[in-house]
Amino acid sequence: MTRPAQRSGGSRASADRLGRLLNLVPYLLARPGIALAEAAADLGVTERQLREDLELLWVCGLPGYGPGDLIDMAFDGDRVTITYDAGIDRPLRLTPDEALALVVALRMLAETPGVANRDAVERALAKIENAAGEHADAPVAVRLPGDSERVEALRGAVRRRRALRITYYTATRDETTERIVDPIRVSIIDGHAYLEAWCRRAESVRMFRADRIDALVELDEPAAPPPQAELPDLSDGIFRPSADLPLVTLRVGRSARWITEYYPCERVEPDPDATGATGREWLVSLRVTDLDWARRFVLGLGPEVTVVSPPDLVEQVRDRAAAALDAYAVPPAGAASH
Amino acid sequence: MSRSRTERLVNLVICLLSTRRFLTAAQIAATVPGYEHDPDDPRDHEAFQRKFERDKAELRELGVPLETGTASAFDTEPGYRIAHREYALPEIPLEPDEAAAVGIAARLWRHAGLAAAASSGLAKLRAGGIDVDPRATLDVEPVVTVDPAFAPLTAAARERRTVTFDYRAPEHDAPASRRLQPWGVVCWRGRWYVVGHDLDREAPRCFRLSRIVGGAVRPVGRPGAFEPPADVDLISHVAAWSGPVERSGRATVLVRPGRAAGLRRWAREVTSGPDGDRLVLAYADAESLAGRLVGYGPDVRVLDPPEVREAVIQRLKEIVARHDEVVAARLSA
Repeated sequence: MTRPAQRSGGSRASADRLGRLLNLVPYLLARPGIALAEAAADLGVTERQLREDLELLWVCGLPGYGPGDLIDMAFDGDRVTITYDAGIDRPLRLTPDEALALVVALRMLAETPGVANRDAVERALAKIENAAGEHADAPVAVRLPGDSERVEALRGAVRRRRALRITYYTATRDETTERIVDPIRVSIIDGHAYLEAWCRRAESVRMFRADRIDALVELDEPAAPPPQAELPDLSDGIFRPSADLPLVTLRVGRSARWITEYYPCERVEPDPDATGATGREWLVSLRVTDLDWARRFVLGLGPEVTVVSPPDLVEQVRDRAAAALDAYAVPPAGAASH
Repeated sequence: MSRSRTERLVNLVICLLSTRRFLTAAQIAATVPGYEHDPDDPRDHEAFQRKFERDKAELRELGVPLETGTASAFDTEPGYRIAHREYALPEIPLEPDEAAAVGIAARLWRHAGLAAAASSGLAKLRAGGIDVDPRATLDVEPVVTVDPAFAPLTAAARERRTVTFDYRAPEHDAPASRRLQPWGVVCWRGRWYVVGHDLDREAPRCFRLSRIVGGAVRPVGRPGAFEPPADVDLISHVAAWSGPVERSGRATVLVRPGRAAGLRRWAREVTSGPDGDRLVLAYADAESLAGRLVGYGPDVRVLDPPEVREAVIQRLKEIVARHDEVVAARLSA
């Protein structure tokens, strides 16, 4: 993990093979009479590769290298049993990187809200930490937020294959709606839990953030996502702005620059024309799903952010702010009744 | 890379595992197939030495604990051996559900290096006799991504080495070079941080990994250079830095019927009236509440307290003025 890039391809392959061979003897030792096809599938190699590995091991052994010194195995049809291990009866210890990768992933699982069988995860973590010895003390701490009960309820609906009626807050449109959904999967991405489901209202697969589901009722009818329902590939994150969405350009003051860390931006550069009262201003361009959302977003960011384009949005933001200001000019009707 | 080299290395491991005495390079050459050479021919001997050095490096890289020492006080040449106790993975008595959990954990990483380390670790557990059901799931599984700085920072924290990196905070115009004794790395609300002692500020500090320029972390100095405070709670450092503040203030706002859904679901109290709905909101900081309220434009009007009302009015005035300038600039262009 720390320096994989420095190796040449050939050397990497050789190290991989050496590691695999040192694992192979104890692996087979623990499973006498295992079918070669089963072992190959389990180890992630082809059966041919496995046979080549066994042939190589067969000529290795203790100094002397006589018949009683070499690794030996018995074949019964396509089944193999190690009859002499020449001293490599156990796999190598976990390296620091291996221990870190497993221990931190288990800590993540143990912290994941609504995870099934958390108890097993915690027992496994304790045993792996124990086996990793000094390497178990991975300097990594994990805290994932989330409402375990809510995620648990969503997970239950997925498992029982039941449709759900949810009250959902859509942040991009600032509206709360009721809809019937057919749950497919629960995922945790960047610390947020999501329900992926077929939305019967939108007639497509949607991702519902668990903390924006304000109410949910499990219905007495089975979840029936249609065959065309396809789950998105989440490996690159959730929001991938496409080029056909409106592009908004903002002039951003120092104290609002944080937005560039939270929203995918197409362009971020110092504004050549302007120097604001608080220092250097940036021109930031980002794609938005909805201009109404952009208007709320920009107004909420305050005077540190000014829309440069599109012109429609400049006017909308200005007009909304002016209308809000007008409301403060007259005494509130409600106040008069006090 | 040749079959003969792999064969030689397997034999070297077996040979060094089987010996209690330290074996010198010459003794190994006389024993393990593949090292045959003429020690009296300088070029041949030098080729052997290079080959042996490469092989030792390869074994160490794989994690084989190669011990060096001398067989007796009279020996001047260093010898080698492998202690089985140090080499072997201890027995791990995992129950089937525990083994399934480890199998799932090994699949979480989206980072190539960590994914490879997790799967080679899992292969060792399998070789140790543990059966892992590859189809097991926990119904909900996190997708775990990490920043490039994760690997070098965890390595440095483990080795207790000081690091330097260039850190770009968005409110500053240029990255600043920082020197840190890293105590550990924290995943907090889906983001990664490093916590440690900042040598320039002479105080504990948290840094966000995504702000480390290029993910480039350079270790400086030797391992074991510092000792983290006893019982350091990494999470609480990050939580104190970025964490929640108490919302002790109360504001009352008037909301147009059917509007500002986001505010309603967050309100402590909602009472309907002829002129709209009155919402009571809990807040910590008047300015940040004002920002949130301004987002709703004329749909939301602050009734109380004056500090929030004034903050909203001030923001609205500035927003109007700034956008008037943009409109004016476009008309004059």
